[in-house]
Amino acid sequence: MDSPDLAAVWLTLKLATVVTLLLLIVGTPLAWWLARTRSAFKGAVGAVVALPLVLPPTVLGFYLLITMGPNGPIGQLTQALGLGLLPFTFPGLVIASVIYSLPFVVQPIQNAFEAIGDGPLEVAATLRASPWDSFWSVAVPLARPGFLSGAILGFAHTVGEFGIVLMIGGNIPEKTRVVSVQIYDHVEALEYTQAHWLAGGMVLFSFVVLMALYTFNPARKKTP
Amino acid sequence: MSGQIEARFRLDRGDFRLDVDLALPGHGVSALFGHSGSGKTTCLRAMAGLLRTPGGYVALNGEIWQDEARGLFLPTHRRALGMVFQDAGLFPHLSVRGNMEFGQRRAAAGSVALGDIAELLGIAHLLDRRPAQLSGGERQRVAIARALLTAPRVLLMDEPLAALDLKRKLEILPYLENLHRELDIPVIYVSHAPDEVARLADHLVLLDAGRVVASGPLNSVLSRTDLSAVFADDAGVVLETRVAEHEADDLTRLEFPGGTIYVSRRPEAVGTRLRCRIHARDVSLALVPASQSSILNCVAATVVDLAPTETPGHMLVRLAVGSDPMLARITRRSAEKLGIRPGLALRAQIKSVALLA
Repeated sequence: MDSPDLAAVWLTLKLATVVTLLLLIVGTPLAWWLARTRSAFKGAVGAVVALPLVLPPTVLGFYLLITMGPNGPIGQLTQALGLGLLPFTFPGLVIASVIYSLPFVVQPIQNAFEAIGDGPLEVAATLRASPWDSFWSVAVPLARPGFLSGAILGFAHTVGEFGIVLMIGGNIPEKTRVVSVQIYDHVEALEYTQAHWLAGGMVLFSFVVLMALYTFNPARKKTP
Repeated sequence: MSGQIEARFRLDRGDFRLDVDLALPGHGVSALFGHSGSGKTTCLRAMAGLLRTPGGYVALNGEIWQDEARGLFLPTHRRALGMVFQDAGLFPHLSVRGNMEFGQRRAAAGSVALGDIAELLGIAHLLDRRPAQLSGGERQRVAIARALLTAPRVLLMDEPLAALDLKRKLEILPYLENLHRELDIPVIYVSHAPDEVARLADHLVLLDAGRVVASGPLNSVLSRTDLSAVFADDAGVVLETRVAEHEADDLTRLEFPGGTIYVSRRPEAVGTRLRCRIHARDVSLALVPASQSSILNCVAATVVDLAPTETPGHMLVRLAVGSDPMLARITRRSAEKLGIRPGLALRAQIKSVALLA
């Protein structure tokens, strides 16, 4: 592997790590709300979160490009704040990836929270734990398998994205050129040997991640 | 010490209505008894604040936890209560000790020693186990210990034995009786098992279809002839007796203010208090002392009143045996033949005694 390939691998890992951390921060309260709410908006919010599952990345990328572009609401905001424009930057890629991978993180965590039910939280309340306290001391530890699944899926899915990267990130070395784009470039240039290295690496990585998920996740073992 | 627990709830969920106004003693065990769907668990959850009822009111020894009329509602975690659920509800991610410390730490209940409570409930050897490694009975004892370690001012128990088989129940009951004797915490005990109520309760509240049918000291409720439908075949009273003597022919003599009864030899030492349950169906009446009978237990009694029962052709007779009430179920034909009427002095023959310890 030459240095542009290594740079692409490094960038991919950096992107996936940042995105996974952000997804856990954003996804946890969202999953909690979806798991516990009786609000009429639950269906609508759940559908919005799940949209990236069914939409082609190009559709999502297209709208993000417009929103974050010079005339879009987010673009005008970032410009007003002196941050410049997000498309074709690493932060822009991070935001797009967070949205794109959101359901992969929110859904496992939401399922885990739902599986806990009211019981343990009521018990915690009778033991003097405030709702905030019992969230951290009871709900989060009990939902650990869900967090594990969500984090692994979110990370792996971010590593594997392509369409949305092309739409939002483009193909800028060391800024937005991730492994999947690098493979595309190699294939375009008929550099099949390099393409093989990266593509084979992706297959191996994805297999190992999924195997780990299916083998070690106790939540899956428990289901009758 | 002898404060009061007051609770008023009204709830209308369409097919289920709850309308109760309870005043329970601030000490001893108060049982909320009723069939499933009678609202007893709902009452308990409302007292705990797990369920908020519009217009609800809860006060414990004068400390008001909920008074919706004044917009006051303390959330569950700010009420000084302990609660034991039917399924124990131990946290699977914590050890037994971790479970017990969970509430103790948050209640800042330094005065209650974990070791003492563990000893009292016989779980001192289990502290490092995981909940999954415990039997059902052990789990429930840990749950009781965990609740007690918050130094609660009232202990709410929601059918703590219902999920256990008979053997486990018998294993736990002595611990509950220990609590009763050793701790001065009022207990509100929800149950649909007459046996548990007879064994543990001091005060009995009968609930039916979301309403309080009767509320009062255990025997005064148990001996009401107008409630025979609720207890059906289990109608009967509870006698508080004292072990008086272990006699040579393997019988133990128990004394109570109204007389003595004999039972098979008991392991308890002389002087121990024992609760006996005497079913109405096991009591028959005779006008003269029956010397030629195999029935050993025969006490002097006076008829208080009598009422028909659910069983066709049978009457329920309320008797006074000294200061204790007793019920006898006899046929209407016998009642007429013997001329049973209030004030009549006669002999109550007790065919069998269920010992509750």
